Amino acid sequence: MLHIYCPYCEEYREEEEFRPKGEAHIARPAEPEATSDEAWGDYLFFRKNPRGLHHEQWYHAAGCRKFFNATRDTVSYQILETYKAGQQPTVTAAASGKKVAK
Amino acid sequence: MQHYSGFGLVKHGLSHHENWQRMWRNPVPKSQYDVIVVGGGGHGLATAYYLAKVHGITNVAVVEKGWLGGGNTARNTTIVRSNYLWDEAAWLYEHAMKLWEGLSQDLNYNVMFSQRGVMNLGHTLQDMRDIHRRVNANRLNGIDGEVLDVKQVQEIVPIMDCSRNTRYPVLGASWQPRAGVARHDAVAWGYARGADALGVDLLQQTEVTGFRISGGKVLGVETNRGYIGGKTIGVVTAGNSGVLAKMAGFKLPIESHPLQALVSEPMKPILDTVVMSNHVHGYVSQSDKGDLVIGAGIDGYNGYGQRGSYPTIEHTLQAIVELFPMFSRVRMNRQWGGIVDTCPDACPIISATPVGGLFFNCGWGTGGFKATPGSGHVFAATLAEGKAHPLAAPFSIDRFISGKLIDEHGAAGVAH
Repeated sequence: MLHIYCPYCEEYREEEEFRPKGEAHIARPAEPEATSDEAWGDYLFFRKNPRGLHHEQWYHAAGCRKFFNATRDTVSYQILETYKAGQQPTVTAAASGKKVAK
Repeated sequence: MQHYSGFGLVKHGLSHHENWQRMWRNPVPKSQYDVIVVGGGGHGLATAYYLAKVHGITNVAVVEKGWLGGGNTARNTTIVRSNYLWDEAAWLYEHAMKLWEGLSQDLNYNVMFSQRGVMNLGHTLQDMRDIHRRVNANRLNGIDGEVLDVKQVQEIVPIMDCSRNTRYPVLGASWQPRAGVARHDAVAWGYARGADALGVDLLQQTEVTGFRISGGKVLGVETNRGYIGGKTIGVVTAGNSGVLAKMAGFKLPIESHPLQALVSEPMKPILDTVVMSNHVHGYVSQSDKGDLVIGAGIDGYNGYGQRGSYPTIEHTLQAIVELFPMFSRVRMNRQWGGIVDTCPDACPIISATPVGGLFFNCGWGTGGFKATPGSGHVFAATLAEGKAHPLAAPFSIDRFISGKLIDEHGAAGVAH
């Protein structure tokens, strides 16, 4: 059972209160009509899916019902940080100097 | 290859079973192959087998980072069925089903394919409408299927709670009599033995660390045992496909998730078919050994850890106990997770890639085991001819740009 720190509730809560919602920081193309099929397909379907650090969205479904972001290792499942929607991660593969596990 | 038979069993019994031939060699990699298959699971081994058998290409290597059939092939719940909604998917899985039906004879290896029937339960009016639609679509495609009402369901599975007193009462089911289960390890071992006998090199503990690419065309793979050249390379690495694609310099529309399964202590025979429920979300069958084999949905987050979370196990068992109250006191023996490569439309990718000579067969998600023979068969044809087999053509990666998706979420529903 993961214990997840909700940055809005400012508390650790159990995993069952939350729903993972996939990769974070995906920007919708500003002008959908002017976007090529490749770029639109990329936006809709193609995800980073890294083996290592992953910045992802979580939803505090049975709590404050807000979306926030987390940086999590997809091999160890360790959550390294959580941060509010709209903020940028402080733990990144580059910043931590941690070699992304293969 | 040593031929297996009842007579052979008796003969070897006389020498205390000490003189059985090894099932496959453990060769040293050659420097150059016609085809390299990356990934020694069921799909990869089937691909190598059909390359040698159907297409006469025997200068083939299967490169596996661990041991043969040690990934999802060893971690699934062994269900085989072909009752998919959309034509493209139905044809592909039915192609596999037909190969399953002759597989033990073809491989001279008992894969214990047992056509005990698979039941997909409906718990709501909408479930039943979808079941009618899917069964009719199956029949139009020549796939067996029936819609059962709750009485018929109860006759087939007397131990299931089909009363009106449950939170989600069973209203009926779809029923595919030709579906069933197979022995998962035997499938990998049978294909490995068959491929090896035809001259394929099975290279275990050989991990691909990169691709050598020149002028947009693949030349070979870098491994922990040195460089191995290959004219054509097929990647069949399930949950790690995204990692391999990254090495080759492109992205795939797949996400890797843990999918868990568990088995109970062995019991006397109690359940002689496979019961799946999309709505309460669980599925169960009983193996020949007597243990209940139970599975359900993926863990929601991305993961490569080959294990999952306890809330998911709890939800799975809630569903099973809801359907089978008598199982509430059964003790669970083992639990494990595999990494499944899920696609946005719940259909696989069998496709050429931006790199010439490099092909991917991935994205089978939660339901790859049932397709093992068909997947290997069409992927072998794709690798041999350098262009997609007709059954594989609709599963090109281009569909995520053209929008021509094959949306099997409704038909598959439950993790399968």
